[in-house]
Order: sequence, then C-alpha cells, then structure tokens
Amino acid sequence: MSTASARPPRRRLSDAHVKLADRIGEPAFRILCGLAALITIALIIWIIETIFNKASPAISHFGLGFLTTKTWDPVHNNYGAAALIYGTFVSSLIALILATPLAILIAIFLTELAPQFVRRPITILVELLAAIPSVILGLWGIIILGPFMENHLEPFLHSFLGWIPLFSGSFSPLGMLPAALILTFMALPIITSITREVFQTTDSQLKEGAYALGATRWEMVRMTVLPISRPGLVGAMILGVGRALGEAIAVTQVIGNVTQIKASLFQPAGTMASWIANSYQSANPGLGQSSLIYLAAILLVISVLVNLGARLIIRRTGTR
Amino acid sequence: MSVAAQTPGAPRPSRLSGGARQRRRKAVNRFVMGLSWFAAIIAIAALLLVIVDVVIKAAPAISWDFLTQLPSSSFLNPSGGGIVNSIVGSAILIGLSSLISIPIAILVAIYTTEFAPPQVSSVIRFALDILNGVPTIVTGIFIYGILVLGHQQSGWAGAIALAIVQLPIVARAAQEVLALVPSSLKEAGLALGLRRWRIVTRVILPTAAGGLITGAVLGIARVAGETAPLLFTTSVFSNLTTNTDPSQALANIPVTIFTLSESATPSDHAKAWAAALVLIVFVLIVSVVARTLNERSRRKLGN
Repeated sequence: MSTASARPPRRRLSDAHVKLADRIGEPAFRILCGLAALITIALIIWIIETIFNKASPAISHFGLGFLTTKTWDPVHNNYGAAALIYGTFVSSLIALILATPLAILIAIFLTELAPQFVRRPITILVELLAAIPSVILGLWGIIILGPFMENHLEPFLHSFLGWIPLFSGSFSPLGMLPAALILTFMALPIITSITREVFQTTDSQLKEGAYALGATRWEMVRMTVLPISRPGLVGAMILGVGRALGEAIAVTQVIGNVTQIKASLFQPAGTMASWIANSYQSANPGLGQSSLIYLAAILLVISVLVNLGARLIIRRTGTR
Repeated sequence: MSVAAQTPGAPRPSRLSGGARQRRRKAVNRFVMGLSWFAAIIAIAALLLVIVDVVIKAAPAISWDFLTQLPSSSFLNPSGGGIVNSIVGSAILIGLSSLISIPIAILVAIYTTEFAPPQVSSVIRFALDILNGVPTIVTGIFIYGILVLGHQQSGWAGAIALAIVQLPIVARAAQEVLALVPSSLKEAGLALGLRRWRIVTRVILPTAAGGLITGAVLGIARVAGETAPLLFTTSVFSNLTTNTDPSQALANIPVTIFTLSESATPSDHAKAWAAALVLIVFVLIVSVVARTLNERSRRKLGN
C-alpha cells in the first residue's frame, strides 16, 4: 500500500477513457454473447427447416406410406423406410438390453464396491470407450468381430437357442447382431456415466439405514439406490438409445446394408442412419436423394424427441 | 462405515430365520457383487481389445513413409504409399472447425452463466442438448443441403459440419467451468465498481482459462474421429496431391479409413489399420491429457 502510493501511478487511464470504453464495451460484449446464443437456437431451426425442405419432394410423393413400404428400389424410383425403421429399432433395442444391465452393474461397482484408488482410473477408462472413433470400431467390427461372429458366437447361440427364430438361419459375418454389439459398446459409456452420477446422489443416511437393518450390500442397493435412481436411469437409457439410433458409420460397416426384414439376427439388415451413410456416393438425384433426406428427417425428429424426453426426466430428478 | 456394517458379525442372524436363509442372502450378495466386477472388466477389456488389435494389425503397415508420403497411385505397388494428404487435410479441417466453434461456444457459455435470465439460460442449455443429440450424419446432410448441393464438396463444408458437432460439446464444458468460478471474485469486481464485461474479461476468463482450454481440447478429440459429417461434405478428394485449399474437398483420416475398410483387398485393410492407429493415438492422447488437466483445473477452482 505504502509503496504503491509512493510511486506515481503508471499509465492509468483517465476516468473519462474508462467510462467511454465501458459505454461501448459493455453493450457490445453483451450483444456479442447474445448473438452467439441466438446462433445456437437459430441453427436448430435452420437444420430442421433445411432437412424438411430438401425432403419435401419425397414427403409429398410418398406421404406417410414411406414409413410402411419395405422396398428401396432406385430402378423404379420407389422408396420406403419400413425395413430401415425396423433395423434401427431392433439394433438399438438389443444394444439397450445388453448395455443397461452392464451399465448398472458398472455403476454399482464404481459407487459401492471399488476401492477408492481405482474408481477414478476405471471411470476414465469406461469413458474412453466413448472416445474411440466410430469408424475404428467399425473397422474392428468388419475384420475382427465379423469372422468371430460367423465362426464362433453365432454357431454357439444357434446350438443352444436355434429353436428361437432370432437365432435361426445361416451364419454371416455382417448382420444385425454384430451391429447391435458395436452399438452396445457405444451406448455403454453414456448410460454408465449418467447412471453413476445418479447413484452418487443417493442419500447416504438411507444407505446406512438399510445397513443398520442388516441388509447385505446388494440388498441395500436394491432397497435404496435403485428405487431412488429409477427416473434418472430411464433418462440414461433413453440417451443411450439416442446414441445408438443415430450412429451411421460403424453400423454401415458391419450391418450388411440390405433393406429386408428377417427374423434372424444373423442376417444382414440396415438402419436409417447406416443407409444414409452407405448411399453417400450412389444416391440418384431427385427422388432418390430426397428420399434419403426423408430418412434424415425421420431420424432428426426421433432424436429431438428422445433428447427432450431424456433431459426432462433427468432434469426433474435434480441431477445435472 | 459401510464396511463395518458389512462384516458378518454386525447383523446378528436371528435364530428364527435360520442359517440357510442367511447363507442364501449372502450368496446372492456375493453373486451380484461378482457380476459387477465382471461388468467393469468387460467394459475395460473391450476398450483394451480394440486398442491392442489396432496396434497389432497396424504394426506391419505403419512407417515413416506411411506418415509422409502420398497414397500409392500405382497398381504395381498396392501396399506402398502413405496418407500424408489425409493427415494434412484432417489438421486443416479440425483447425477451421475449432476456429469457428470455440469462440461461439465460449460466448454462449458466458451468456448463459453471466448475462441471461434463468429462464433464457435454461432454454439455451436445452438447445445445446438438442444440438448435441442431432445424429452427426444428419448434420452432414444439413451442410450437404445448404453448401454442397448445387455447388461442390469443400473443406469449408466439412469444417462447418464438424463445427456444428463441436459447438455444443465445448459450450457445455465451458458452462460447467464458468459455473465453478467463485462468486466472491465476481462480487469483489462489482464492489470495485467494474462493469460486467470487465469482470468477465479481466477476472472470470483468466480464472477459468485452464478449464476452458481443456474443454475445447476435449471437443477437438471428439471431432477428430467424426466420419459421418464429412461423408457428404468432403469425401471425394484427390490422392495425387496434398491439397491445402479448403475451397476444394480436403482429404481426411476418418473418411480414408472408412473407404479403405470397405475395400476387399488385404493391402487396403492393412492401410486402414495403420491410419486407424494414427487416429486412435491422437484421440486417446488428447482425451487423456485433457481429462487429467480438467481434473486439476476443477480442483483449483473448487478451492
């Protein structure tokens, strides 16, 4: 303090300068920030407008019949999304069925079971699973997973469960099942990290209460953590499905890209996103291209609804 | 504390319930806890399996020449050549995408944490979540619709598509960091009679700088591996020269891996693995470094 007053102030701006800078800088900065926020919202509207606009020839030509037509026939310019909607639904559903229990168990492991010093590294490792680029997972799916499916996993499933139509028919390296497995590993880190956060919010008094009643660790989780976390868990599952629905690259690499509806999971199939990715070079101009964008429009609507739903549920539970 | 309750002695088995029931409860407990160990191991094993496979499969094809040479254009030498044009193109695409998205993302985050009324702020958060949930292939189609259709593929189109993917990731990370800046710092600034924008630029941004940078870097790691936004925007490119002009289509690593992986020839697969190694090393190193730095800057802000 004393040294500061002893020295003459260095190059201080006059009050008038500061005021002038503030008079311009303050509103300018606010407007700049507001503009950036506006861009975000405008971008969403612009995306929706553009996609529906470019899809409109197909929308007006096929109407809602597009959703129930199975064929994708460039020769006769007749397009329908039914098989692709089915493929999207089934592959995402299998991924969800496989990923959810795994995610819950990992979340239990990370919040209740693991020694303190391994929690951070394992959390990071699980999240790194989400960092692997999808094109690399797809490459791995084609060259490593595909042959393994055809030669080992599918014959194994067939020998035990072959009487179920899902596991019947001939084996194939490309198909619904490898796509669903790849999607499982993509959805898993998302579901796990949200579930873990939700589990952590459980009131420790409740847990101790359960222990005081003589509950084992699993009984404690079942009686307190799981019921309390249910809404957050549903939100996590929805977000995981959202990830699986929209994945284009890895799925197009391993699913075989066929518009057919087969009961057997061993058979090639297609999803909406994978079909768009697969047709990037070969779309017929005109109706064919517009039909592809119609697929993108369906995908966009579903993903917006999925995210709205999940965020509402998660927000209501008060996490995040 | 919970460990104490867990020890067998603590809940004394009631005589009426009998030992068999106790044994069953404990067996179920042990079974489920075993399963959760197993689940954690599966997730980590999947990660390691993919990484190890990439390393093993890439080993024969990766070399200095692979990183510095153009793809082989000769049928006589299918296994030669490299991907230097894709490396350069990816660097340009990621750089442009970051230049576009990071400033906007940080401004959005400042707006929501410092200026916007709570309702407006939550609307923008929601918008960022929605934007983050848009499938990246749809983002690619959107840019295709406005920039490529009727024109041609270009590096700009690819970079803008990547920027749309990057924007919500960086903005959400920046929001979280800015929210951690102690309000006492802001109040001190206000007490000195500083206007808001000076507090933001002189106090909040320097305090949060570390966290903002790591958030931006995480966005880069995510976007570096994105293929879907580039398929319709910058996927048809020349392999004869290293193009650095973004008004032309730019070669890039993800699309190169994608097209090589769809090929039927083994030498193309070997190149796909080698390119995958380049990409995965970049992405993993960047993610791990950013995550560790993130932890540290958060801890610093938390104090």
